[in-house]
Formats: sequence, structure tokens, C-alpha cells
Amino acid sequence: MDYFLELFLGGLTRGSIYALIALGYTMVYGIIELINFAHGEIYMIGAFTGLIVISVLTMLGWNSIAIIVLAALIAMLYSAAYGFTIEKIAYKPLRGSQRLSALISAIGMSLFLQNYVLLAQTSNFLPYPNLVPTWDFLQPYEHIVRSTEMVIYIATALVMVLLTYLIKFTRMGKAMRAVAQDRDMSMLVGVDVNRVISFTFIIGSSIAALGGVLVASHIGQVNFYVGFIVGIKAFVAAVLGGIGSMPGAVLGSLVLGWTESFFTGYISSDYEDVFAFLFLVLILIFRPAGLLGRSDTDKV
Amino acid sequence: MKPVLDVNQLTMDFGGLRALDHIDLQVHPGEIVALIGPNGAGKTTFFNCITGIYAPTKGDMFLTRPQGEPKRLNGLKPNRVTERGMARTFQNIRLFQNMTVLENVMIGRHCRLHTGIPGAIFRPPASRREEKEVVADSYAMLEKIGLTRYVNEFAKNLPYGAQRRLEIARALATEPFLLLLDEPAAGMNAQETKALDELILRLRSDMKVSILLIEHDMKLVMSLSDRIYVVDYGKKIAEGNPEEIKSNPAVIKAYLGEDIDA
Amino acid sequence: MITLQEIKKSFLVSLWFMFLTFPIMVIKVNTIEQTIEWRWWWMAAVGLGAFVLSFFWRIAIARKEAGKKKAEVSGEEKIALIPRLMSNPRFYIPGLVATVALVVIFPFVFSMYQTNILITALIYVVVGLGLNIVVGLAGLLDLGYVAFYAVGAYSYALLNYHFGVTFWMALPIGALLAFLFGIMLGFPVLRLRGDYLAIVTLGFGEIIRLVLENWNAFSFGPSGIANIPKPGLFGLKLSLQQSSIFIYFVMIGLALMTIFVVRRLQDSRIGRAWIALREDEVACQAMGIDKTRTKLSAFAMGATWAGMGGVVFAAKTTFINPTSFTIWESVIILCVVVLGGMGSILGVIIGALVLILLPEYLRAFSEYRMLVFGALLVMMMVFRPGGIVSGVRRIYKFEGLQNKVDS
Ligand SMILES: Nc1ncnc2c1ncn2[C@@H]1O[C@H](COP(=O)(O)OP(=O)(O)O)[C@@H](O)[C@H]1O
Ligand SMILES: [Mg+2]
Repeated sequence: MDYFLELFLGGLTRGSIYALIALGYTMVYGIIELINFAHGEIYMIGAFTGLIVISVLTMLGWNSIAIIVLAALIAMLYSAAYGFTIEKIAYKPLRGSQRLSALISAIGMSLFLQNYVLLAQTSNFLPYPNLVPTWDFLQPYEHIVRSTEMVIYIATALVMVLLTYLIKFTRMGKAMRAVAQDRDMSMLVGVDVNRVISFTFIIGSSIAALGGVLVASHIGQVNFYVGFIVGIKAFVAAVLGGIGSMPGAVLGSLVLGWTESFFTGYISSDYEDVFAFLFLVLILIFRPAGLLGRSDTDKV
Repeated sequence: MKPVLDVNQLTMDFGGLRALDHIDLQVHPGEIVALIGPNGAGKTTFFNCITGIYAPTKGDMFLTRPQGEPKRLNGLKPNRVTERGMARTFQNIRLFQNMTVLENVMIGRHCRLHTGIPGAIFRPPASRREEKEVVADSYAMLEKIGLTRYVNEFAKNLPYGAQRRLEIARALATEPFLLLLDEPAAGMNAQETKALDELILRLRSDMKVSILLIEHDMKLVMSLSDRIYVVDYGKKIAEGNPEEIKSNPAVIKAYLGEDIDA
Repeated sequence: MITLQEIKKSFLVSLWFMFLTFPIMVIKVNTIEQTIEWRWWWMAAVGLGAFVLSFFWRIAIARKEAGKKKAEVSGEEKIALIPRLMSNPRFYIPGLVATVALVVIFPFVFSMYQTNILITALIYVVVGLGLNIVVGLAGLLDLGYVAFYAVGAYSYALLNYHFGVTFWMALPIGALLAFLFGIMLGFPVLRLRGDYLAIVTLGFGEIIRLVLENWNAFSFGPSGIANIPKPGLFGLKLSLQQSSIFIYFVMIGLALMTIFVVRRLQDSRIGRAWIALREDEVACQAMGIDKTRTKLSAFAMGATWAGMGGVVFAAKTTFINPTSFTIWESVIILCVVVLGGMGSILGVIIGALVLILLPEYLRAFSEYRMLVFGALLVMMMVFRPGGIVSGVRRIYKFEGLQNKVDS
């Protein structure tokens, strides 16, 4: 039973991580119908920026809670800036051209950012200090769930609540929904589409950065390549939930997290990634609209 | 004679929106039939359903080759529908922009040809002959439609009116006996529209195709059509010959506020 | 003219990029040794670079916009220089003769090292032309292309290891297996829309690589397979150098065959259908083209060439393991196609030569290779989606139309 619980909570952790990334994918896809391949790299840059902040502040002798909070905030700020800039450079000039072009551009951006971090920092795995304090009341359950994981659950839940509020009740949220539904029409009725798109990238990127810092703390290491595979898996989760749908992204992430966790726990851990990809292929083939997605007929 | 196209109770829902509501429509051999109605009435959706691009919610569709047996269209893929002899044009022009005018027409011939990959690589005599024929046939089609002066131009570089005509040429290259035209005169000037009027009549007499067209230009519709169907909000509100339609109160009401000549 | 306004704009861009790259580029942390290195001069470099590049960026964007408008107004598009020269016999005959002469004497004049580099470039020409069918002609973004390359390489390596199959037998077998794999993988995924296709092919590519890595009993896992024989020539014993020269000519032959086949394909009924599919799927189907079948044929044709390339790759390096077949290998091949010009044979050849030869000769910069490739993909898409040599369509001549066609 303990083992089951461990796998269950492990899956919840995985799922929460995927959710933090998948939200960015699904928001961007909802608005400009582009798989932002560079999103995983944004997550990685968030983790790296966090590490840099942590290292500097640790050297200055700050308090560890202050460090982790500040590191997360600065990482979010920077990832948001990267997301904003990437959109301006690699995607905005391609609006209106073929989809294939934007996809290739996104792949190029992903490759560029990976190598940018590789060259500017290092290709090695760097140890990532875990500054999340261990809570006393969790002590007895340490072998099942660690406090970092607890923080991940809480952060994910918080992000979801805030995001739901943002989308449902703010002006910007309304504008986002409008653009997602019909960009040309929104433009006609006076929505500043460029701003909405930039905003979407900023929000999606900062959420990913938060994920980046927490996950790296949890796992304990980071390198320039950590974003790619996690990014692809988060995309799988977004598709599983129904791309464009935010509750879908979270649901898809949890389902993927749990399936992966139980698969590796009970069956085999060698083929973990194979399993995720197989999952992706099967979903796309049998249920391309995802769990919560609508299956629209493309307008002709 | 059996109608070439026989549509019964065609219904199409998009989520909560009923774009087509139990539409019946027939086209008889040699007829020119018009489908009219205000914007958003569901006309293009009707074309998309019968050509297999959308899967209708309900209804039956049959296509009958002259002297042939009726064939059910439900569930056929668009390419199968075209193979069966019904071809269409698109309201928002969908040419192959980065292919030449001649190649656009050659694509129309695709489903009547046989050369596969081995044939393309080894070019046996049959493939060579077929390739020669497709070039000649396509060129002949351009002659008929009057587009030879653009033969090697990219489709995207053609003037608007010529692009509309190329859409027709491309559809005709598939050897249809029923041609569907979606707003063929949209964006054309008076002179081009007149030429189109003549072209459509010529298609019927020379190529023996029946025609179903969606059009907003009432002058064109009234002069061309044998019969007219009027739809509004997905429902058929009238059918009859041009005289009957002109004086039908329901039609006038549907168009009220909308310029009849637009 | 450079106005004050422009300078101000560039200055702001430069400030922005200095801010953006500050943590990653200036502060280098090493959490293993607990050291931090501050590299302020990198910040200066970024600032200066961004300042200058932002001018070029704006000019290029303005040009692109202007070009778009002009094309719309005049309705004309100049045929690119290179294809125009190519179609003029006065240029292309001497050019062809010179190229042939160079190609023939190359391995005898230059060192074995140079020959080997050129062989690699030629492999990329062949697989690039294969991917060009899939991406350039049919418009299907296949990010798992390298999987078929792996199928080719492993089928030679394994068949040789277990059954002693020779290179010449493995070449068609590898091609056939890759073709079958193409059909098998393509069949379920090709119904998907374009962007899902990209991600699913990526997934398939990774699955195949991961299986090769983990299934030790079948593929010998990460340690790979060594001692794969080079191609034989009527059982003669070839020295290392001779066998390089031989592979070189084998590759030249294979490249020529590929060019011949692709040329024939792209001006055929199937080739036109591929291009039509790329241009507009809906219209394509409405014109009577079977979408799934046409996509599948492009996918499988592309795979076939990747398979052949893989066999040669295995024979050339004599050692293969899964690390040669990562997704980034697919991306490099994609770069070859995109840089050269999607849909253009000459473009792909130029793309392969530039992308493979340049990094080899600029060894000093080789670590920047992937960085540059990434930037290149973005820049090409933004400024020149057609590539260096855009694909041109065949001009047909008709009687009484000559003056129009030639003008
Ligand atoms: N793929 C689709 N998804 C959702 N709604 C659609 C789709 N295609 C058409 N519609 C809706 O169906 C209605 C009829 O559209 P359409 O057939 O294009 O009208 P018409 O051609 O008569 O102007 C419109 O309200 C339109 O928005
Ligand atoms: Mg319409």
C-alpha cells in the first residue's frame, strides 16, 4: 500500500510539473495555433536563471527562504522576457505565412536556446541546491512525500486558481478568449491582438519558469537539455487533455504523470520515455481532440 | 430522367448551431440551378456536405451519372466524390498558388490518370503517352476557358477574375457531369461577369455538364438559372423558376435590408 | 538613412538584450566547485552586437514587406538567378563540364581526409533530397526522419553481423526496410494535421532510438556495433585510402541516381500531387487526389532514401550506435533542406555542401555549429522561406506561344 501511495504521489508530482509546462503550450496553441517547441527551453532557462540567482545570493549569505522566493521570482521575470522576445523574433514575422514555416522556426529557436545555454554556461549537469525547508510535520512521511513535492503541489494549485481568475474575470482574459476564438474578428472589434499574444507568451513562460526552479530543486540537478524531453512530454499532456483547453492541460498532465509513474513503478523503467511517446502517438491517432477538447470541423 | 443530384433532408450542426436544416434539393440533367440566400445562410456548408468535406449530421445524398445508377454520397471522401463526377470551385479561391496555371489544371486530371511512382521513375511508353496527353488536354482546357496567355504563370500572380476562371478550369479537368460553383462572379467587374455568364452557358451546351451555383449577383442568377432554391438560416424558404422567386414574399422578406443586386 | 529615431530604437534593443542575456551570459556559476565567474565583457559584446544587428533586422524586415507589396502590385516574380543561369546552355554546359571534372579528380588530388568529408556531405545530399520529397514537396514536417536513417544503418550492421550480408546486398534491403517502415509508421500518423504530424514523427523517431538504446539483445544497446565492413569491389582487397575513394564514387553514383529519380518524380503525376497537397490540402482532395495515399507515398519515398543513406553511413564509419540518430540529426537534415530551398534539387545540394563542409573547414567555430543552425532555421523562415534556390516549376512550351513563354 505504501508503494502504491508512493507511486501515486510521485505521479502527482510528475503531473504537477507537466501541468506547469503544459499550460504554456496550451495557451500559446490556443491563441496562435503553434507548437512552441522553444517552450521547454524557456523552462530550462528559468531553472538556470534560478540557479544563478541562488548561487549569487548564497554567496552573499542570504536566508534560504528569501533566496528561493527571490530566485523563483527572478526566474519567472527572465523567462517571461525570453518568451516575449522569442515571439517577437521568431513567430511574429511569420504570422500569416504557412504553418510549416512557423513550426520550423520554432524548432530552430529551440535548438538555438539549448546551445546558447550550453555555450554560455556548461554542458555538464550542475547540482541544484534544494532550499525548500523540510517541514517537521512531514518528517514521518519523508519516504513517501518530501516537502519540495508539497511545495510543487501547492504552487501548481495556486497557479491554476490565479490563471482561472485571470482568464475568466479580467479584461485581458476576455481578450485572450476572444483572440483564441477568432483572431480577425477580435481585431475588428478593437482587441490589440499583438498585446494579447505577447501577454500569453509572458504568462506561459513565467509559469514554466516557476516549474523549472521547483523541479530542479526537487531533482537536484540541471543542464541545458532538461527542457526538451520534459517539454515534449508536457506537450503530450496538453494534447491528451485537449490542446487549447487549460483544465484539459492540467487533467492531461495528471493522467500522464500517474500513468508514467505506475508504468515505471510496476512494469519497467527502461522504457519510460518510449512509453510516453507511445502514449502520445496513440492519443493523437485515436483521440486527436483530447479528453476535454472539442472536435471542431475546420472551416472551409 | 433521374436527377443527377438528389439531396434529401440534409442537416448539418456545428455544436449548437444548425447550419443546414432538412434541406431537399435536386438537380436534373442539363439544368442550371442556383442556390441563393443571405450571407451565412448555409450555402457553402451545403456544398461542403455534398462534396464530402463535412460529414453531415443527417440526410441522404445521391449522385446519378446520366444513364447510370444512383450512387450514395454519404461517407465518401472528397476525392471519391470527385471521381464519381461532381467537381466544385471554392468561394474563397483555393488555387495551388505556387504551381503554374497549367499545372493547376493538370492536378484536376489526376484522378483520371494512372501513372504511379514506378511509372514516373522508369517512364514506360504508357506513362510517356499519358504525360503527353495530360499536357495537351490541360492546355485544351485552358483554351476553352480562355486562359492560355497565363499558361506558365504562377497561379498567385493571376488577376482575380482569371483566378476564378482557373478554378472552373481545374474543376472541369476532373471530367464532372455536375459542376458546383461557389460565388463564381464574386469580385468580378461587369464585363468579366458577362463573360462568365456566356462561359457557363457554353459549358452546359458543349460539355454537357449540369450546374449548381451559389451566387449573390441576382442579374446573373436570374438570367442563367432554370430553377432557384432560396435558403435562409439553414432552412429552405422557397424554390421555383426565376419569375416565381422574384415575386415570392418570403424571399423578399429574407433579403430585406440586404441589397438584392449585391 | 540612419535617423536619430533609429539609433534610439537600436539603443533600446541593445539595452533589452543586455538585460535579457545578463544572468546566463555574464554570470557563470559552477555549483560543483562553488565558484562564480563574472564576464562583463560578454555583456558589452551583446550590447554592441544587438545594436548593430537591430539595424540589419529592421532593414531586412522592411525589405521583406516592400517585396511582398511589389509582388502584389506588379503580379510578377523574377525567376531566381541560379535557375535562370541553369536553363541557359551557354552557362550550364561549361559549368557542368567543370563540375564533372572536379568531381572525378577530387579524391585523387585531395587528401583522404578531404575525401571523407565530401563523402559525408554526399550522404547528406542523398538524405536531404529524400527529406526534400517529404518536407519540400509534400509539405509534411517529418522530425523523425533520422529513424529511417537508423533503420538503414542497423539493417546493414545487423544483417552483416549475423548473416554476413554484403554492402551491395544491404543497400537495396536497407532501402526496402526503410520503405516498409515508412509505410508502417506513416499509415497511422498521416491522417493527422500538420503540426501534430511533426510531434508524432518526433515521437516515433525517439521511440526507435530509445529501443535501439535499451534492447541490448537486438541492437547491442549504447555500445553499438563495430567492424562493419566497407563496400567491396569484386572481392578485391582495398587499402584504406582506396576504399575511401571507392565509397566516394559509390556516393557520387547514388547521389546522381537520387537526383535523376527525384527530378523525374517531381515532374510527374505523383510529384504534382505532392506539391498540390503542400499548397492546399482541402482543394487537393476536392480535385480528386487521395490525401492519405499521396502523403504515404511521399513519406515512404523519403524514408527509402534515408534507408540507403543509412547503409552507406554504416559502411563509411564502420561503427554505429544510437547516438548518431538523435532528433537533432533530423533537424540538421531539415536545415539542409530549408537552407538550400524547399522543393529545389539544386538548393538541397548546395545546402548540404554548405552546411556540412563549412563547419568542417571552420573547425575553430565548430562548437557554435548547432547554435548557428538554430539561428539559421529561424532566419531562413523569417526572411527567405524559399531558401537559397527556390523551387521553380517546369515551363511547358506550346506552338504559337513561344514569344510569350520566352519573354
Ligand atoms: N466549420 C464550421 N464550424 C462552425 N461553424 C461553421 C463552419 N462552417 C460554417 N459555419 C457556420 O455555418 C453558417 C453558414 O455558413 P456558410 O455555409 O459559409 O454560409 P454562406 O455560404 O451561405 O454565406 C455560418 O453561421 C457559419 O459561421
Ligand atoms: Mg458561402
